[in-house]
Amino acid sequence: MPLALITPNLKPLKPLMFKPKVAFYWCASCGGCEETVVDLAEDILGVVEKVDIVLWPVAMDFKYKDVEAMPDKSILATLLNGAIRSTEQEEMARLLRRKSQYMIAYGACAHLGGIPGLANQFTREHILKFNYEDGPAMANEKKTRPQLVTEENGRTPRLPALTNVVRSLDQVVEVDYYVPGCPPTPKITRAAVTALLENRLPPKGSVIAPDIALCDECPRKATKPANISFREFKRPHQALMDPQKCFLAQGVVCMGPSTLSGCEAACISGGMPCTGCFGPTSRVRDQGLKIMSSLCSNLEPKDEQGISAVLQGIPDPIGTFYRYGLARSLLRRKVNLPTD
Amino acid sequence: METRKNEPVRIGFYVCHCGVNIAHMVDVEAVAKYVATLPNVVVSRNYKYMCSDPGQEMIQTDIREQRLNRVVVAACSPLLHEHTFRGATEAGGLNPFYFQMVNIREHDSWVHTDRLEATRKAMALARAAIQRVPHHKPLEVKKVPINPDVLIVGAGIAGIHAAITMANAGKKVCLVEKEPSIGGHMAMFDKTFPTLDCAMCVLSPKMATVGSHPNITLWTYSEVVKVDGYVGNFKVTVRRKPRYIIEDLCTGCQECVANCVYKEPKFPDAFNLGLGKRKPVYMPFAQAIPSIAIIDPEVCLNFKRGKNPDGSYTVSDKCKKLCVVACGDRKAIDFTQKAVDKEITVGTIIMATGFKTFDPHRTPYYGYGVYPNVYTALELERVINASGPTEGHLVMRNGKEPKRVAIVHCVGSRDENTNRWCSRVCCLYSLKLAHLILEHTDAEVYNFYIDMRTPGKSMEEFYNRVAEEGMHLVRGRVADVYPDPNDTASGRLIVQAEDTLTNRILKIPVDMVVLSVGLEPRPEAEDLRRLFNLSCSSEGWFLERHPKLAPVSTFTDGIFLAGCCQGPKDIPDSVAQAGAAAAEAFSLIDKGYVEQEPNTAFVLAEECSGCKSCIPLCPYTAISFNEETKKAVINEALCKGCGTCVAACPSGSIVQNLFEDQEIFSEIDGVLAPLPQ
Repeated sequence: MPLALITPNLKPLKPLMFKPKVAFYWCASCGGCEETVVDLAEDILGVVEKVDIVLWPVAMDFKYKDVEAMPDKSILATLLNGAIRSTEQEEMARLLRRKSQYMIAYGACAHLGGIPGLANQFTREHILKFNYEDGPAMANEKKTRPQLVTEENGRTPRLPALTNVVRSLDQVVEVDYYVPGCPPTPKITRAAVTALLENRLPPKGSVIAPDIALCDECPRKATKPANISFREFKRPHQALMDPQKCFLAQGVVCMGPSTLSGCEAACISGGMPCTGCFGPTSRVRDQGLKIMSSLCSNLEPKDEQGISAVLQGIPDPIGTFYRYGLARSLLRRKVNLPTD
Repeated sequence: METRKNEPVRIGFYVCHCGVNIAHMVDVEAVAKYVATLPNVVVSRNYKYMCSDPGQEMIQTDIREQRLNRVVVAACSPLLHEHTFRGATEAGGLNPFYFQMVNIREHDSWVHTDRLEATRKAMALARAAIQRVPHHKPLEVKKVPINPDVLIVGAGIAGIHAAITMANAGKKVCLVEKEPSIGGHMAMFDKTFPTLDCAMCVLSPKMATVGSHPNITLWTYSEVVKVDGYVGNFKVTVRRKPRYIIEDLCTGCQECVANCVYKEPKFPDAFNLGLGKRKPVYMPFAQAIPSIAIIDPEVCLNFKRGKNPDGSYTVSDKCKKLCVVACGDRKAIDFTQKAVDKEITVGTIIMATGFKTFDPHRTPYYGYGVYPNVYTALELERVINASGPTEGHLVMRNGKEPKRVAIVHCVGSRDENTNRWCSRVCCLYSLKLAHLILEHTDAEVYNFYIDMRTPGKSMEEFYNRVAEEGMHLVRGRVADVYPDPNDTASGRLIVQAEDTLTNRILKIPVDMVVLSVGLEPRPEAEDLRRLFNLSCSSEGWFLERHPKLAPVSTFTDGIFLAGCCQGPKDIPDSVAQAGAAAAEAFSLIDKGYVEQEPNTAFVLAEECSGCKSCIPLCPYTAISFNEETKKAVINEALCKGCGTCVAACPSGSIVQNLFEDQEIFSEIDGVLAPLPQ
């Protein structure tokens, strides 16, 4: 299917009378998504011309109270990147949801939980203990940990608390659209912004990417054999790769078959397999489960011992198959962790 | 009446008592009451026998009067009655696939002991179906024409009888036998219980019929190596092993045998279980069908010793080939013959691959293979058989006639250490052998039995009759067989057992011990199971679809079972079962078509990315890659709805009818949702 957002038959709603207000916000993220907005290069000027940016912490100075003062639904769209990891992020997500007509999960972390979502393999206590006490680079003899409330020089600074688990944006507030990718490509970003401004929006809940797996647009597609059967798995650094040949055909896990296309096979063109950042197709609830099911069905050995030997080549299955999607997958979190 | 779009879902729910099968462990009224409270449920009833006419009528009336558009029945296994209730749903005017069945008998009442918990489980299972069924879509059963030809695997008495039955009715039969001659175990027997008629007198006319029947293609010394396709259209590859004799040219004159450079038979003869000898070129046995000689390349001088890696043999040309001279213009001998694979297409298959006898080496305390005077029952059949190695004279390996014979029942049977099952025929054949020994000799015969089991028509009468002939019947399992320390020269043996009726330990000196070995699945049964996609019982017998409702059918449509491959049975039962298997095959063939379950999978062509993950996985080779569109395609006629590709499609672009994600997830949500306290 072509880009779902290109729906020329949808007649545009009434023309926008004012410059629409747009907010950018970041939660648990690395900042890469912010870069993408800048990566729009001269196009950014076009965007800036057409919209009124009311919040963009990475680039401009706004205060919480400025946002709070805005009337509800007065922002056309908030593009929020990053996962929800702290009480503050949750609070901001709720506030921006209230102030915005469209809440757009921007990038893999907001969409799926992303890399921060991998923390759902551990308890909050485990994470704090490691990072403030046991970590190899840690010199903290007093085992001081950040406190939610401290008294110092007559002031009481407060810090947000870590939530129990990392959540994708739609596990906290209602999300209208998803712009996938780690980070979203400029092309996808441009398509999303254009769709928004031209009011050519796809059905609510859509991911702004073609609803077909990456193999469809992969330049190496033709080199995948029909009778693939895996004798071993290698990681890209463990072998000299044929730059023309399908990664799976070379025994390297590629998430392409279970990942949405739309990135124009950027990683593969750069000589690395797909790691799955665009997330699953609309028909799949659990991307990691699906690719595992597919790869494991095609293992050459059929006995337990042989199967285990082949799977030794995937030392970190969660990090491989759920690199971006753990928080929003069926697995979601370590057993018995609360869901918030 | 079809459900229109947006028409509200109206579900009728019925819970069956199954007499007391369900009702004794599940509070069916409580289940019906609970389901009545669930969304979309319009009618919720319980009834004693839903599968009965009034039960089915109730569904049909409700569909009409209550305008139901979905039906859920909680009763037994869908294997048993899904078809029944789909029929009732259809008779009521709905698409039959607007029906869902809940198994609360096999999955619930039969396997639980706590009534409260079993009732709650029934509620959860029912709710799963109630949540699933709104997502059902109307589906159509497709009719696929059936190929009228039949493959029968194994030509013992069961395979032979099935072949003749089918062929006489005008069906083309391909009968495949692994050995060089048909006849199976029955051809080795002397007489048969309970009538004591001679086995060959019964069997050889049937064998001759098979050999000459215009509707039977007989392939002996052949094995099935590949099976593809599905009911109505199986593609089977049969490997015809080389016998180094051209079948069409051999007349069965046996001049080659007479003129072989080996003047005397020298090699152990398999048909006589090694008790007799044969030449490298030989006829399997006198009445063999087809009456065609065979050359054993392992020992024939014209071949180099030893198999090649591909299983073939190399001609050495070292022999004078007197056999070829004797064959003369018939030119039937061909030392260069190779195995040939033949592909045939059939609509139905009957498995009649038989059994093997228990190997008594596994019960070393009986001394088989150690003491030459210990025989298996099958060996005794050959010794006592008029066409056997001793021409019917009951003499032992030392050439002497035994004066005292012990027959040990249940060897390898009814034993935790070997096989747990009763092989059903051993008591009776032991009595028969005892009778034959008495008929042939003046020997004293001891039967050592655990329990004397003689069920079946005329069998108890047979037992009473032969028991009066003067044999000793000792109720006790033999513990040990060992050489008589007082008489080491003659090979006499002591049989030690406890007579459990008199509580005495008996040590009886005998000349000959006969081990009544039980019946076991053949060693290749596991390979056949895979090849034909059958199920096996834990013992390894091929599993029938249902012991009472479908005793000769299998879980693979179009494949039927006959004879001992399904479990130990005697000749009358094997023949009866072969007839039943033939009748089942007929009823399929004469219908002319097979109905195909619409639970097939299909590829969403727009959404398929062409990653090819599914293609090698299909066990029915139904998936191919369209090189033009660069997408996978499923041939619906070949798809059997196993779901393998659906689970493996990494982008969720293969959908299976009746097992769509939404149907399954709704079912899971339903079964896991909390129940009222």
